[in-house]
Amino acid sequence: MSRSIHGKVAVVGLGETQYYKRGQSPDAEFKLALKAIIAACRDAGISPKKVDGFASFSNDRSDPSRLAAALGCDDLRFANMQWGGGGGGGSGAIANAAAAIATGMAECVIVFRALAQGQFGRFGQGPRSNTTSGAGAYTVPYGLMSPAQSFAMKVNRFMHDHGVEQEALRAISLASYHHAQNNPRAVMHGRPLDEAKYDASRWIVEPFHLFDCCLENDGAAAMLLVPAERAKNFPHKPTYILSALSGSHYRAGASAHNTPDYATSTFKTTVPRLYDMAELGPKDVQVAQVYENFTGGVLMSIVEHGFCDPDDCNEFFKKENLIAPDGKLPTNTSGGNLAECYMHGLGLNIEAVRQLRGESTNQVSDVDVSLVASGPMVTPVSSSIFGSEATL
Amino acid sequence: MSYLNPGLPIPVASPDGLDAPYWEAAANDVLKLQVCDDCGQYQWGPEWVCHQCHSENLSFEAIEPRGRIYSYERVWHPVHPALNEQGPYLIVLVEFPDYNNARMVGNLLGDPEQEVVIGSEVEAVFEHHLDDEPQFTLVQWQVVR
Repeated sequence: MSRSIHGKVAVVGLGETQYYKRGQSPDAEFKLALKAIIAACRDAGISPKKVDGFASFSNDRSDPSRLAAALGCDDLRFANMQWGGGGGGGSGAIANAAAAIATGMAECVIVFRALAQGQFGRFGQGPRSNTTSGAGAYTVPYGLMSPAQSFAMKVNRFMHDHGVEQEALRAISLASYHHAQNNPRAVMHGRPLDEAKYDASRWIVEPFHLFDCCLENDGAAAMLLVPAERAKNFPHKPTYILSALSGSHYRAGASAHNTPDYATSTFKTTVPRLYDMAELGPKDVQVAQVYENFTGGVLMSIVEHGFCDPDDCNEFFKKENLIAPDGKLPTNTSGGNLAECYMHGLGLNIEAVRQLRGESTNQVSDVDVSLVASGPMVTPVSSSIFGSEATL
Repeated sequence: MSYLNPGLPIPVASPDGLDAPYWEAAANDVLKLQVCDDCGQYQWGPEWVCHQCHSENLSFEAIEPRGRIYSYERVWHPVHPALNEQGPYLIVLVEFPDYNNARMVGNLLGDPEQEVVIGSEVEAVFEHHLDDEPQFTLVQWQVVR
């Protein structure tokens, strides 16, 4: 590919705050953002004053100019927001930051996401206004107003079309909780899940039990990107962005659930471009972090990223296939959004890099290629593939 | 008699007027879709131009108030205080094969724990809320027996 960010940008710093249950952060949201950014810079061994760009997604409230002022950044060169809600921009923000670096607009860019729901209100709740208009008027009065409710009909249709059983969704949840038991940072560390506990858990909206739904958390995460040629000047094993992009299919955003291709995680058109840019295919991917807003989105994402035929889901989606170190596709090895922390999926990108560094608490051996799928079923969605020096 | 307990946000025509003809028709037991006067494409939700030919000449046309269930969901967990005592309820996505497969969301009337079969034919039931301020009408669905 002639015009591409492939291999031109490296990830040299990772930062996370402690992760809290929603509403329990002792710190304000903006302070959480600052702490994660400072941690990422410390991890990279540089001063936060050298950061010259910020990229985020999902309408993050921590304004880049205030961040730059708070941190004393010498020269702000890039301030970017990926449009679209949910976690669909988790890899898209990385793509935007990488594009800025690859084209010489910036040299040292932080990608971040900060959330304090206690300070700013919860996700997953319906609107409290007396009236609703526009697209909301076609769904809200019928009791369709939360993310789980917005996506369950897509998953039901996919399961209908391909004969997918509930046990396939359960396996995804079991794998995330399995990994969280080895991850002391995980909010669900020490809270194991088994088949019986899953089966007995209440329905939220069919086909989602409680354990098919993501957590709601407070915290912040940050990642520091620099040009690839500088990667070896930093303390950690260099890791490179092989591909990162976003997008969605024809009329994915049509209101009242009118997108023609409905039962999809929205990755069908982006994945061919993702692998083209990465110059590799699904068989080369050794470990995957797949955004779990709801398990059904994980299932469709894994299918649409080419790891499983849609008609083979019941065979593929078994816990043993999804867990580190030896599963066919170790997935969500930190515990992910279901069991580590819901940081809108930026945590998944951090875990993907950790796998390349060899620092995961559920390490897959000798990882050279690590994939992230961000925010299934929203629009736009995004994906990223990270690689070791050997893949360049 | 409404399917869901009262107290959810009331649907009103968008302030820019884009979908006012739809809500006016529903109040009179008529189901309307937006259609392009130039190329004949139906679309839902409404928009300012036709997504096929980009014409601005769009109308709202009364359609046969029947469709088929494209997908559905049974909701158990309330996310709005008005639904705290509701118990389970059914949402259906209804597709109109004769109108470019446009779709609408509504509730499926009847037992909320009934088995729902994708592909079933359904007909519209206009649920009028005349005691509310402002008054409004929801378009609900029931399986054609």
